[in-house]
Amino acid sequence: MLTYTLKRLLLMIPILIGITVLSFGIMRLAPGGPAEAQMEFSAKASAEARERLRKLYGADQPFYKQYATWLHKFVTLDFGTAFADGRKVKDKILERLPITLAINLLSLGLVLLIAIPIGILSATRQYSLLDRFTTFFVFIGFSTPSFWLALLLIYLFGVQWGILPISGIQSLETTGLTVWGRLSDWGHHLILPVFVSAFGGLAGFSRYVRNNMLEVMRQDYIRTARAKGLPESVVIFKHALRNALMPVITILGLSLPGIIGGSVIMEQVFGIPGMGQLMFQSVMSRDYNLVMGILVPAAFLTMLGNFLADIGYAFADPRVRLK
Amino acid sequence: MNKAESFSAQTLYYLLRNRLAVIGGTLVALVFILSIFAPLFAPYNPSMIDIKSILVGPSSSHWLGTDDLGRDVLSRMLWGGRISLEVGFVAVGIATLIGIILGSLAGFYGGWIDSLIMRAVDIMLSIPTIFLILAVIAILEPNIINIMIIIGLTSWMEPARLIRAEFITLKEREFVIAAHAIGATDRRIIMKHILPNGLSPILVSATMGIGGAILIESGLSFLGLGVQPPTPSWGSLLSAGKDNIEIAWWLSAFPGLAILITVLGYNLLGEGIRDALDPRQRE
Repeated sequence: MLTYTLKRLLLMIPILIGITVLSFGIMRLAPGGPAEAQMEFSAKASAEARERLRKLYGADQPFYKQYATWLHKFVTLDFGTAFADGRKVKDKILERLPITLAINLLSLGLVLLIAIPIGILSATRQYSLLDRFTTFFVFIGFSTPSFWLALLLIYLFGVQWGILPISGIQSLETTGLTVWGRLSDWGHHLILPVFVSAFGGLAGFSRYVRNNMLEVMRQDYIRTARAKGLPESVVIFKHALRNALMPVITILGLSLPGIIGGSVIMEQVFGIPGMGQLMFQSVMSRDYNLVMGILVPAAFLTMLGNFLADIGYAFADPRVRLK
Repeated sequence: MNKAESFSAQTLYYLLRNRLAVIGGTLVALVFILSIFAPLFAPYNPSMIDIKSILVGPSSSHWLGTDDLGRDVLSRMLWGGRISLEVGFVAVGIATLIGIILGSLAGFYGGWIDSLIMRAVDIMLSIPTIFLILAVIAILEPNIINIMIIIGLTSWMEPARLIRAEFITLKEREFVIAAHAIGATDRRIIMKHILPNGLSPILVSATMGIGGAILIESGLSFLGLGVQPPTPSWGSLLSAGKDNIEIAWWLSAFPGLAILITVLGYNLLGEGIRDALDPRQRE
């Protein structure tokens, strides 16, 4: 177990390097560069001023030197300042991160809560009405553009029936509300975004659980368990489920990029001030420091999550460690 | 079913027996025809601005209503279909091509080449795709060619893995050893012997990839980072729909429905192909 963990840890290093090089390379591709981006705001800047600014940003250094400087700053969590308002990138990110995490984690929780039972039911009652219905639902779920679903629901719940708020994460007048009132208001605002975010994942995930369960239930040990005379519920929950759920860990690991980056479009549609919206705004304003400051930590966190998922999987299934 | 029929014929037979796959195929064909012949089917010029008919609901003169500049929604949707299909096919083409090249090299040679390519896959998979696409669009300007390339460059990982797996299995087979024994070059073995036999999973991946690419493209257009106006795209139609959601529901409903139907078609078809190719389904 330990050797496996160490091996995975060592493998992470080249990936990290690759991520940073890739991100830095993309930033360097930017026409002009940081100096020019700042210059756009003051047309009167002379050639000397530009040159001075370039020296300041080290833009006149060769690629590997720039990369080294940037990497050094990055590792010490100095992501620089945003061009738009001069605030530190780190602060802006930390400000927005909780909201995005909240939405995505809630959404993931919803998916797990609903998809696993549905998957199990579909597998145990294969070809039944429930199975057919959920299969149909799954395909629709795969193919629905999330922003369209969001618009539809906004129209129904917000415009026509007016029972749910259609944007933001809190109403305009929250001063007089109690803590409970504020929580409820916050919750109201989150219902639609969380549901729409969960919708696509629900479809895929329940299908995955179903397929795994089917696979497991064909195994000999299930037949043995039944032959022993065990009640069906024990067969399913004690034997089949445990084995079928293991790939779930893999799926959880794979959905980690989504937890950080999955809500860009949702946040735009619902006007939620989260990471996705920040990324979008920084892209629109060519704020490269901000863009990189979001991209690389996001990639790093994803990688970390995959690593944890691998370790978790190895822990659950000893066969993996012997590979 | 005559067992002596060719593999492709057998696959087609199983495919046609699958009801969902046939539905998917029909949807795909329908959207294809409507889009290709958009100039024929569209009642209006999609870019024709008509200030007298701004935000008019579905009527006999405009079956699906008009948008915020008085342009006919139906016509814009038909032309937008061309964009979606174009992006879908080209992006998937690029991704599949890159995936085949890298996957076959990794699977065939193994060793450090394999490690290198798999590391690259891991790197690409670590970065949230949307962020990567957004970051690159920030650098380059959003136009249809860049979008196709970007989506292609961020979707090659799955085909690469599939091809690599096929190669690892197939390269131990006798026909490969035989080809090698008679002195065939590596390149010939890869391209003439192994690859043709290993392409079936790619077919599934590509079909479903087209649906995925269409979703990404419309998402980008929705955010304003896709094809630029006045070129119609389903995503940008939805964006206008969002801005006018309180007074023009048709602008949101129909383009999204188009995306849904198209992507659904490709997904059903892809799943059908996967089932048809599945050796366990064959008696």
